[in-house]
Amino acid sequence: MSTETILHINVTNLAYIAASVLFILGLKRLGSPATARNGNRLSSIAMLVAVLATITGNDITSWEWILGGILIGSIIGAISARKIAMTEMPQLVAIFNGFGGAASGVIATGELIRLIDSGSIIPQDVSITIMASVIVGGITLTGSFIAYGKLQGLVPTRPLLLPIRNVINIALLIAMFIATVWLVIEPSTTAFFVAGGIALALGILIVIPIGGADMPVVIALLNSYSGIAGAATGFVLGNNMLIIAGSLVGASGLILTRIMTKAMNRSLANVMLGGFGVEDGSNGSDQEEVRPVTSIQADDAATMLAYAQSVIFVPGYGLAVAQAQHQVRELSDLLKEKGISVKYAIHPVAGRMPGHMNVLLAEANVPYDELKDLDEINNEFQRTDVAVVIGANDVTNPAARTDSASPIYGMPILNVDQAQSVIMMKRSMSSGFAGVQNELFFLDKTQMLFGDAKDSVEKITAEVKDL
Amino acid sequence: MFDAEALIIALTVFVLAIFIGYEVITKVPPTLHTPLMSGSNAISGIVIVGALLVAGKSNGVTGQILGSIAVGLAMINVVGGFMVTDRMLKMFRRSGDK
Repeated sequence: MSTETILHINVTNLAYIAASVLFILGLKRLGSPATARNGNRLSSIAMLVAVLATITGNDITSWEWILGGILIGSIIGAISARKIAMTEMPQLVAIFNGFGGAASGVIATGELIRLIDSGSIIPQDVSITIMASVIVGGITLTGSFIAYGKLQGLVPTRPLLLPIRNVINIALLIAMFIATVWLVIEPSTTAFFVAGGIALALGILIVIPIGGADMPVVIALLNSYSGIAGAATGFVLGNNMLIIAGSLVGASGLILTRIMTKAMNRSLANVMLGGFGVEDGSNGSDQEEVRPVTSIQADDAATMLAYAQSVIFVPGYGLAVAQAQHQVRELSDLLKEKGISVKYAIHPVAGRMPGHMNVLLAEANVPYDELKDLDEINNEFQRTDVAVVIGANDVTNPAARTDSASPIYGMPILNVDQAQSVIMMKRSMSSGFAGVQNELFFLDKTQMLFGDAKDSVEKITAEVKDL
Repeated sequence: MFDAEALIIALTVFVLAIFIGYEVITKVPPTLHTPLMSGSNAISGIVIVGALLVAGKSNGVTGQILGSIAVGLAMINVVGGFMVTDRMLKMFRRSGDK
């Protein structure tokens, strides 16, 4: 190796270390909303350093195709980042996860073909990591696309259960293992494509049985996979920076997955086996529906709110669907002008991805310090005059605390039932995702306000103005 | 043929990085979880480095094309991920800020 080459490699590696450090610092600054934007910039600088170091440190000969890839990818990325509505953020993250997985899989394919073409013997550690990369990448790709389809309503959101799906999955896993061993013993593209194809099929089969409201868990998990796929690519190419950056993303996704499953009081296995939220009609919900509820109109709700001293809004997925975040902020501004204390209670699984509600409300200009987590707000409900539930359901069901027979028993909930009175905005009496009736509806203190959330909030605001 | 030493070094880096990630990311507050996801999505676009190497070092056209497709896919993540995260973080404000 010439001195010049050694110098080249060292400079490139030093740049990679710098990039790794910048990625870690960037994520660290995401620890507070005040520094988060700066942190995101640090991460993007890290990416630029990494790319420039790669380009200058290697003899890259063929530029035409690469430039095409950079150009097309940047345009698609920039347009989707600008156009996407905040309500559709889960879909965007899902599909980006898929692209990340796809990239890892395609790299592994390209590397294998390059190695076979070069005619040299492929070391076993390289063939193992190539397989790992294509398998994780493949599962991430199709799994993410199904998750995207469910979120976008292109694939039915209810759990789709194949009769012998566990047998199929296990058979596929065994076949994939055999193909991997085959490739390691005798590298061939056939074994590789068999394993890759199975990985693609598994991604579909794993996500298809999972219901719509479990998507936060699935997206967080696939986020983690896309990081792991990146780290696997790092193993293939013997590149430590790729391993570090990939692991950071992998860890992030795993932590979010754990937070989500904990907030639903379910294990990851329970979510992944799917089928939750399938109605079996066995717990006599027909009888329960005839129990009386009190329903009110917008003008009554306006009076309740205008004469309260403290109000807590409890937003859920229904708020996102109705796109009512701006109207809610307008109403809360009006109430604050009257000297009423207004807060927002955010359950960890409200919405379709972790932190979804916070972004929607931030978009509507609600200051982040008014948004309270479960632990922060739960003791305040008893001192609150009116709790307004907008499109949330299961996360407010007191049965989770009181009824040990309920499927959601033990799930951490917002103690909305402890407020002096409750306004429940809903489109109908339908039960939530868990398929359980919400006991909250039938309390004396609860007033149901039926209709589209955006519409109802607008009417209340108009009424409050007139008071 | 099996380069155990290289694999062990890579595994060491992997395990340590997971720990750092765990420590750093548990401190991200729930209100920033969506930007965390989109931002880490952008970071997983780091596979662009691998894509550039495959595309740039392959002699055959297949390798070049595959590598460049991977460059494009990773670039969607990088550009889209960082931009959308910035768009979200711009919106977060404290009471009283204008």
